[in-house]
Amino acid sequence: MNQTTDTAPGGAAVTGRSGTDTAEAGAAGRRRGRAGRRSPAAGRTRSWRDAPLRRITPWLFLAAPLALLITFTYVPVASMISYGFTDWDGVSPDRENVGFDNYVRIFTRPELFRVFLVSGYYLAASVVQIAVALYFAVILSFDLRFRNLFKGILFFPYLINGVAIGFVFLYFFQDGGTLDSVLTWLGVTTDHAWLGDPASANASLAGVSVWRFTGLNFVLFLGAVQSIPGELYEAAELDGAGKWKQFRHIIAPSIKPVISLSAILAISGSLSVFEIPYIMTGGATGTQTFVIQTVKLAFQFNKTGLASAAAVVLLLIILLVTWIQRRLVPDDKVDLV
Amino acid sequence: MGNKKTTAFSGAVLAAAMLALTACGGGGGATGEVAAPPADPKEVSGEIKVLTQRTDLIQNGTLRRYAAEFNKVYPKVRVDFDGITDYEGEVKIRMNTNGYGDVLFIPGAVAKNDYPKFFAPLGTTAELSKYRFADKTEVDGKVYGIAQFGTANGFVYNKKLWERAGVTTWPKTPDEFLAGLEAVKEKTGATPYYTNFKDGWPLVQWTSNLGVVGCDARASDALAGPVSPWKAGSELRTADGLLYDIVKRGLSEKDPTTTNWETSKALLGEGKIATMMLGSWAVTQMQDAAKRAGGEASDIGFMPFPVQKDGRHCAALVSDYQQAVSIHSRNKPAARAWIDWFTEKSGFAEKEGVVSAVKSAPMPATLKEFVDNDVSFFDRSEAKTAAVNDIDEAAEIGLNKQDYRQKLIDLARGAAKGSPEDFFADLDKRWDEAAKTAGS
Repeated sequence: MNQTTDTAPGGAAVTGRSGTDTAEAGAAGRRRGRAGRRSPAAGRTRSWRDAPLRRITPWLFLAAPLALLITFTYVPVASMISYGFTDWDGVSPDRENVGFDNYVRIFTRPELFRVFLVSGYYLAASVVQIAVALYFAVILSFDLRFRNLFKGILFFPYLINGVAIGFVFLYFFQDGGTLDSVLTWLGVTTDHAWLGDPASANASLAGVSVWRFTGLNFVLFLGAVQSIPGELYEAAELDGAGKWKQFRHIIAPSIKPVISLSAILAISGSLSVFEIPYIMTGGATGTQTFVIQTVKLAFQFNKTGLASAAAVVLLLIILLVTWIQRRLVPDDKVDLV
Repeated sequence: MGNKKTTAFSGAVLAAAMLALTACGGGGGATGEVAAPPADPKEVSGEIKVLTQRTDLIQNGTLRRYAAEFNKVYPKVRVDFDGITDYEGEVKIRMNTNGYGDVLFIPGAVAKNDYPKFFAPLGTTAELSKYRFADKTEVDGKVYGIAQFGTANGFVYNKKLWERAGVTTWPKTPDEFLAGLEAVKEKTGATPYYTNFKDGWPLVQWTSNLGVVGCDARASDALAGPVSPWKAGSELRTADGLLYDIVKRGLSEKDPTTTNWETSKALLGEGKIATMMLGSWAVTQMQDAAKRAGGEASDIGFMPFPVQKDGRHCAALVSDYQQAVSIHSRNKPAARAWIDWFTEKSGFAEKEGVVSAVKSAPMPATLKEFVDNDVSFFDRSEAKTAAVNDIDEAAEIGLNKQDYRQKLIDLARGAAKGSPEDFFADLDKRWDEAAKTAGS
């Protein structure tokens, strides 16, 4: 990876770890130094290095996160996959193995896949979202008054709980609610029920999702943009490049990996939208997404087996789309200097 | 780094995690032991945990007061309550373990044939014949649950609005009812009918009308088969058809997608909404809302579904949650004592204005008008509910879910394309196909 991503928030783990490595090495060095002063036994140092405790120390540190990860991610996923091969109703102590029956059923019911059309709205919205986030990231990376305030304002929605956002926007879109009042102040009187018909409802919900997730994209982009060395801009200015040219030839290529990451997140996010439509409309009026449909299969119609299989299918679809995307846009190295 | 020691260690972590998980699994237990009522109230002892969805009654101390009353008769039993907001969702998951309280309401998700695996039998059908709806939980001649209470179904309405509209007698046909709503709209400007589309569950109340058209106590059982439940003139077609017409004629709220149940109560009390389809349990809540809005409890009325059979209205009595004793309970006699006491002696049904599960108990005050106007009540039979639910789930229609009625309303207000005939025909087709495969 290049230096840009290393310092970006996305690459924080990488930098963080190398940081601790050096600190550890430093500490070990100091200890070795003291030991060396007390006795010339270099062998003792080696024995510390080879001591079993020393070997397992990193694993002890890893134990807690690994245990949590295994318990709360891998084991449930494994059980979900195994439920997918049964006819379990979610409660009954008995379940029968039905092999690939559930998968056959899913793929012989095309109406189950029609809900992916709804994802189109969210996909279109995420294009807007990435554009808006990129715009603000670039603007706010230059010296601007109140830039930290604006950064805070843009990032804030991402920190709010999704359920709360759902409720807030329910009032926002209500008949005579916030949106209608604001429009009235602007002199536009509308009698439109925002969540009333499928097109308008999906567009409104996708709008809420843009409002919520722009902050996350913004922070990713901002980190990447700020890691570009300042000399490059100076050099470009000396060569007579304007702001647009600086963006086109310096900023855009250097944050390309982050943009492609955002695109992957946007696509997998649009395919698996859940919280906002589930809370705001419950999937009524043509706003049902694949995940809502799966939840309903599992918890309304007690077809946990079928729903687990549907969840696995969604996972596979997302993996496939990501793979295609990586093939189309390879993550090649960028060299600026 | 990948030496033997580390692999062994991470293997151990994995194994420990697996072990911890499997330890919580399991479920089921020995079957057969009857949770019989204790012979001597002074002797029965132990601690019981009661699961309930009425978190409001825990917070305002009502349930604690009931427990204190209970302790006057059964001094050695300690009752604890566990309030669960998402009752269905959470209890269903808890039932995969052994710890789901001593007394609980039977979640809708549990298949009837699985009752003996989760609950202790309470006695034979003959022994429990004094309770309404005992057939709902009967498996092989044994009853596993006693209804907490029953409710009649009908329209809760604001009497002042309907009187101002000039309608003083209950509509006898769907058309009269629609004409009444039109009059309310024209003369009072109030919203004639409120669907509660967004919250959704009030739409499920329409299903509770099953049987009112033909005054047929077995209407629900009759659905257990490929019977095209939405064919012309059928129970469901009449009810859903009325809902469709209400929305189609613009007699419901303007924007159904942002409705709010709590607000709707106040609006009905104030006289901004005229009518809602609900159970009789809602009457007391609406009366409170009317009083808060400066009106009288008598402003709120309750009318039966607008159809008559032989010159009489009919009202279906349907069971609320059924109370059961967990098969894993260590204090089954105490748990049973609580259920019996709560159902018969607590006075809960009377206070809430719902129908007591004890057959001999009088009708509550909220249904006084029904009794005075000679409405005939029937306890809807639940003998074949298990089979009906199987078909319903296989067809993915959801008689007790809001989804298909939300689609119907979308259709009626033009947010979805299609004709009601096609919509009902599709429901019939799915039902009949599922009936042929389910339970086979």
